[in-house]
Amino acid sequence: MSATLAPAVRAGRRMPETRRRTRHLLWTVAAAVLIVALTYVLPPFRNYQLATVGAYLCVTAGLTVLTGLNGQLSLGHGALMATGAYTVALLQERLAGQGQWTLLVSVVAAIAVTTVAGGIVGLAAARLRGPYLAGLTLAVAVVVPAITSTFDTIFNSDQGLSVYVDPPPPALGATFPYERWQAWLTWTGALLTMLVLATLIRGRFGRSLRAVRDDEAAARIAGVNVARTQVLAFVVSAACAGLGGALFAVLAQSVSPGAFPLSLSLFLVMAIVIGGLGSLAGAVWGAVLLVALPALTHSVTDSINVSPAVAQRLEGNLPLALFGVTLVVVMLAAPGGIASLKPRRRKA
Amino acid sequence: MDRFVFLTFDGLGRGAVYAAFALALVLIWRATRIVNFAQGAMAVATAYVGYSVANATGSYWLGFVVAIAGGLLLGAAVERVVMRFVDHSSPLNGVVVALGLVLVIQGVLGMIYGNEFRPAGAPFSRDAFEVGGIALLSRFDLFVFAAVFAVVALLAILFTRTNVGLRMRASAFAPDVSRLLGVNVGGMLTLGWALAAAVGSMAGMLVIPTELGLHPNAMDIVFVSSFTAAVVGGLDSPVGAVAGGLMVGLLLSYVSGYLGATVAPIAVLVLLVVVLLGRPAGLFSRSAARAV
Repeated sequence: MSATLAPAVRAGRRMPETRRRTRHLLWTVAAAVLIVALTYVLPPFRNYQLATVGAYLCVTAGLTVLTGLNGQLSLGHGALMATGAYTVALLQERLAGQGQWTLLVSVVAAIAVTTVAGGIVGLAAARLRGPYLAGLTLAVAVVVPAITSTFDTIFNSDQGLSVYVDPPPPALGATFPYERWQAWLTWTGALLTMLVLATLIRGRFGRSLRAVRDDEAAARIAGVNVARTQVLAFVVSAACAGLGGALFAVLAQSVSPGAFPLSLSLFLVMAIVIGGLGSLAGAVWGAVLLVALPALTHSVTDSINVSPAVAQRLEGNLPLALFGVTLVVVMLAAPGGIASLKPRRRKA
Repeated sequence: MDRFVFLTFDGLGRGAVYAAFALALVLIWRATRIVNFAQGAMAVATAYVGYSVANATGSYWLGFVVAIAGGLLLGAAVERVVMRFVDHSSPLNGVVVALGLVLVIQGVLGMIYGNEFRPAGAPFSRDAFEVGGIALLSRFDLFVFAAVFAVVALLAILFTRTNVGLRMRASAFAPDVSRLLGVNVGGMLTLGWALAAAVGSMAGMLVIPTELGLHPNAMDIVFVSSFTAAVVGGLDSPVGAVAGGLMVGLLLSYVSGYLGATVAPIAVLVLLVVVLLGRPAGLFSRSAARAV
């Protein structure tokens, strides 16, 4: 049993359903207050980074449900993010200038489109195991630039599209910093995702996910519909990835295949493995790491005295190498493998 | 018709490389039940080294040999230092570790060589001979066929006719019994990884001149195509890997020729989905068994 949102859950399963829900809600409200307070303290660039963490968190939380709790490894979540991002770009272009509500419509549509895409991949995935599934999702991730080039009248191949985003609502004041607005937007999505996922995985659905991961045959005997559970896990995870991708498009105000390379999908896997598979708290750490590590290497390369060309090379690639080393070391140092990486089972 | 003939030969040329690369994947899968997702990155790394040597000395062939020797070393090192310690209780572990290696290798290559495409010359002309007005094959294609054929033949002899090959098959088939009978199973695994990586490196040296050039990500698409080839043939079947490689090469060539080059990766994805859902054990696999 993984301890998600640790303190809220520590009281265990005897906690009545309604009280657990109240706890989740309280935690969400507390986190929201904290985030809002942070956005007033932090300088604009830090707020932008905070916003990026929020967007990543949607994706890592969804991926940890799929890989950590259900045991399906997806290397294609970068492509699912791209699906959400391109949906937002295309819709915002059509709806530009009609008001703030258009963003909500676009994001919901992005989630819907990605959910459908995830359902299709999930239907195939439910029949596949281990390296076969990894290979298929890898192919999905690699095919993104090819799709944008093939249908370049829609996706404008490598250049990508720009994303129209309204300025912050005037009600917040004329000098309201844009970065703070961005952080509010992404964290609204992130906290909602966390709330929904935390509620989902504590209930019957979560138990089915874990049962399928640990022993498919046993789960089937216990009356769990294995294939349905696996497809549902993929759908839920894809919806989160779609939301995350949509928020990324809003943050960057542009989408292009270069923003969703294969390494992004690998980063996401790394983030949830290092953060702690199968725990939503781990997804938070993973999302923080995805933003913090590149920022850290940036400041390191800034401080050492090298030519600009070398510094640029280091900056782009040092995080890659560091992420890779961390991933290998974590995997080797956890002798029980992926399953044991989840927080220890509580006795009784 | 001319075009069809040209595309067929072109496809066989590409397919030969995919066959070699898929063969390397199959070698490791048979020995360790790991699909080496790092194989593309490893091949790129040795190709960079090979081309560095070739540019420094002016001799392509010295670089070619160095790349393959580098593959042997890198494969052995990856097995000894990393893969040996992977826990096999979940099939995901090997995949995740290999992906970590991909990030490390691509990061290090990017730091040393930068992320721009570097020209990679071919040792022979890539202009096709014409027979009766139809462009057929270039000298380079002939070289590719010869190299891949030589590797396939050597591997076949090694595994079916030599003592070492017997030991390697025995350690893959029944490690514990082999150990009891005095086979150095660990050593055989290292040798298997070294051989596979060397074959992968050679495939890299053969495919990179035909693409955009050297780049840390140069083999990503090649890896996916070769993985597809290996799955088409069945991950357990070396013969299947070669046949699958040629099939994928032909498919890619026809699709790029008739529908446009950008459609080719989509065609690979479609083929992979169709084969995985239709015959996940591969077209050439004898056993239909798959772990639950």
